[in-house]
Amino acid sequence: MEGIYAFCVGLLTACGIFLALRGRTFSVVIGLTLLSYAVNLFLFASGRLKIDAAAVLGQSEQYSDPLPQALVLTAIVIGFAMTAFVVILAMRARADLGNDHVDGVLPTNETDTSHRSGGSH
Amino acid sequence: MNTLIWLPFLPLLGVFVPLLSARFSRTACAFLTATLPAFALYLVLSYAGEIFQGERFQAALPWIPSIGLELAFRLDGLALLFAILILGIGLLVILYARYYLSAQDSIGKFYAYLILFMFAMLGVVMSDNLIQLWFFWELTSISSFLLISFWGHKTDARKGARMALTVTGAGGLALLAGLLILGNTVGSFSLQTVLDSGDLIKASASYPVIVVLILLGAFTKSAQFPFHFWLPNAMAAPTPVSAYLHSATMVKAGIFLMARFYPALANTDLWFLIVSLTGLATFLMGAYIALFQHDLKGLLANSTISHLGLITLLLGMGTDLAAVAAVFHIINHATFKASLFMAAGIIDHESGSRDMRQLNGLWKYMPYTATLAMVASASMAGVPLMNGFLSKEMFFTETLHQASLGSLSWFIPVLATLGGVFAVAYSMRFIHDVFFNGEPINLPKTPHEPPRYMRVPVEILVALCLVVGIVPSLVVGDLLYSAASATLNTPAPTYSLAIWHGFNFPLLMSFIALIGGLLMYHFRSHLFKFQSQFPANDPKLVFEGVIQSLSSKAQRFIALTENGSLQRYIFLTLVLALIMTASSLMKLNATAGQRPELPVDALTITAAVLLCISALATVIWHRKRLIALLTLSVVGLIVSLAFAQFSAPDLALTQLSVEVVTVILLILALFFLPQKTLKESSPRRVVRDLSLASLIGGVVGTICYALMTRPLDTISTFFTENSKTGGGGTNVVNVILVDFRGFDTLGEITVLGIAALGIYKLIARMRLFMPSSNENGLAWSEDKNPLMLSIISQSLLPLALLVSAYIFLRGHNMPGGGFIAGLITSVAIIQQYVAHGVEWIKTRVKLDYQIMIGSGISIATLSGLGSWAFGHTFLSSWFDYFYLPFIGKFELASAMVFDLGVYLTVIGATMLILANLGQLTTSERPVQKDND
Repeated sequence: MEGIYAFCVGLLTACGIFLALRGRTFSVVIGLTLLSYAVNLFLFASGRLKIDAAAVLGQSEQYSDPLPQALVLTAIVIGFAMTAFVVILAMRARADLGNDHVDGVLPTNETDTSHRSGGSH
Repeated sequence: MNTLIWLPFLPLLGVFVPLLSARFSRTACAFLTATLPAFALYLVLSYAGEIFQGERFQAALPWIPSIGLELAFRLDGLALLFAILILGIGLLVILYARYYLSAQDSIGKFYAYLILFMFAMLGVVMSDNLIQLWFFWELTSISSFLLISFWGHKTDARKGARMALTVTGAGGLALLAGLLILGNTVGSFSLQTVLDSGDLIKASASYPVIVVLILLGAFTKSAQFPFHFWLPNAMAAPTPVSAYLHSATMVKAGIFLMARFYPALANTDLWFLIVSLTGLATFLMGAYIALFQHDLKGLLANSTISHLGLITLLLGMGTDLAAVAAVFHIINHATFKASLFMAAGIIDHESGSRDMRQLNGLWKYMPYTATLAMVASASMAGVPLMNGFLSKEMFFTETLHQASLGSLSWFIPVLATLGGVFAVAYSMRFIHDVFFNGEPINLPKTPHEPPRYMRVPVEILVALCLVVGIVPSLVVGDLLYSAASATLNTPAPTYSLAIWHGFNFPLLMSFIALIGGLLMYHFRSHLFKFQSQFPANDPKLVFEGVIQSLSSKAQRFIALTENGSLQRYIFLTLVLALIMTASSLMKLNATAGQRPELPVDALTITAAVLLCISALATVIWHRKRLIALLTLSVVGLIVSLAFAQFSAPDLALTQLSVEVVTVILLILALFFLPQKTLKESSPRRVVRDLSLASLIGGVVGTICYALMTRPLDTISTFFTENSKTGGGGTNVVNVILVDFRGFDTLGEITVLGIAALGIYKLIARMRLFMPSSNENGLAWSEDKNPLMLSIISQSLLPLALLVSAYIFLRGHNMPGGGFIAGLITSVAIIQQYVAHGVEWIKTRVKLDYQIMIGSGISIATLSGLGSWAFGHTFLSSWFDYFYLPFIGKFELASAMVFDLGVYLTVIGATMLILANLGQLTTSERPVQKDND
């Protein structure tokens, strides 16, 4: 079970990072969301996986670790706020700069964006 | 406390005096400024008697003893000599500057800088710790920068100040390196320990490095060749600064450093070669250049360079008597050069020019000043009966006894005499060109004598030149002896300070220098003609050129590494992160740990497969944005199921409700962003990014797996055990959030509120692209609010609110709580927005979400502050059980109030974001007001 869980975390991380490396803001937002799933699952897993062991006193015989859960709970909510912030920032950037590229300017070379000069505004 | 500890800080206290007293008259300001340095001088002199007896005073306050940091001061002969120079000449300069500065200059600021420099310089000479010495050393560079650039409206003042700071600051860095290596070699940063370990230092392998680095510091500060060029450019400073810093004190700091470390570093072949040859070159070059200067201060500056070279040469010779001569010349040079600078300042001030081609025949206009300047110049030239003659005589004597250059040793006395010839010639020029030689040419104003008290500092210094020159041992005998002994770290050898030593070789050298100098001045027109053949080589231009080429190279380097592409930065950052995590993972022996794994069941595998497919689908279809969003929400759903499966019901509920608001948010955003992403990554780039992403994913998965299969050692047992008894709740996660770690939660809801407010401000005044049709060119549907949805959602609202209230209330004991209830409420309200439109809601619900955020955070904070009223610490909770008829036993806890704050903040933040964003999409969007 742990192996499957770890594989999923790894896959989510990889997908998230690949999308975060894209050039358009929406892809980056999606990538960051995937990455935050991975991070939350990872942090949660630091309390180890347990089944039928909710950290509610008197409900079960053994309890899962409540501390990572509390941390992840706030992380989820803050994560939403940050996603929202990035999304609005992306919208604002598109409104003010006229395009949705992360650098604020469209790449001069359509096929390869890594070797261009010029800065973001 | 020991006087020595606070004595150097008296001037620092004095920095504030001129700033505060500047609004009184200039005289009052000058007097008040002088009080603290005068007191410090009195204290220093009170030690003099015992120091002349051979005493040495030291005082230290330990700070971080383990790394050798302390506040340590010492007062021995050398420090005493310099302290007297710094404070004494400083007082004279304060008096002089009172008359020199014009009414437009801020005299308070000037004095404050001057006193700051005085403090720094006093700190240098009195430091008894290497690091502390360096600290004060750098402080002198900074305060000197402020003083040179005092007339900051002038370009040359700014450039000169920058050049001085660059050169001396760079030297300071070398010095720091040298001192650190020195301290590590000796094993102590205490100055006395270092001075006593001379043999150890000279035997160590790092000795050449130490010598070179420390000498770099000394040479840059004391304007030795080839770092001499900053000093003439520092002449853009007001003349009191030149008199004080650039003749008497700061440029002597490098000399002081060599004298200070003389017992530790000197008397080796390396020291001799570097120090004496540098000194000799500087001595000759400065004297030669001085002769050709037309600027009065330029002549004096180059002459200062030359005399500093002379002292350096003496310190390099390595004989004890040469060190004595060096110390003696420090005193003499300070007196005659400071008075000459002041005289030059008077001439400049009263005639409006410093150009010797204009200044002629001033004897008629200011005979008194002329007399003073002539005496001082005579001392500079080394005329008998002046103090300059005595030390120059000692210098000539020492050059004769020098044998370190083997059969070429005769070079040194010959070159020394040549330097003496030039010194006489430029001194002659200073006197003859300025005070005689015809009539003044085109002076801006008619020259006249300065105010009475402006002359007093010059008179005092010139009197000292004469008195020291006539009865040397009576005036400075003790001071010189104790300073020389402190320099050598052993009692100084016997020497004679008499004026007359009979007819001997040094006297002949002095004679040759005098006659040669007069002849050279007489035939100066030939020399000037010869010199004019060379192209003018302004070191300032060279320096500026070097600086500019450095900065353009730096810009090119930055352009190469930082091309403004965020994608590249992220890529590089991730590569670095990968290298760091992967390299530490390689040290882990086995991937799997000892902890037994959970059994696998079919349901979990199904969910995992679904998760992987959806995640991959998101990547594959990421350019079709709406589809990517759908697959993304599948991932989020399975993540919340995973939380539910692995015993985290609170997380599952939170993830589920956040998922809803996130998807709504992203759909709203999509309306304003392009609906499709163009394919613009090259295949090579896709492969590159895929490889990096897979590698990082692999590393993260490995860490996760390794972590989960190892036994857990947690601090959570405390929370589980105390949750019921201490926090009054059985849902440990919620009790941690609102009680044990309540302060963290308070911080987090504050962040949430700030993010929402930031978004609110970003949305305001946004210029939007309103797409008129979808990607296929179809117009948007006209019917906005489907009737079925409106009716169902309206009837669902009370139910949803009831559920959220239930979730909120039970949160302390069962899965639920403020965060989840807040999100559920938000979803219920958003549903109404979706079903009915913004305008419909606006007329019915009057909720100000900003106030909601504010009140939520306030309630949470107040519930924490409330515990202060009962004498508990911030955010300690209280709870008790009550009985009510029909309802039965129930619990009241202060944590619930805190949770209410969380609840309100979450609703406020979520709704502020979504409602404002949603409002933009309606065609009846109200006109943005400028003030929101």
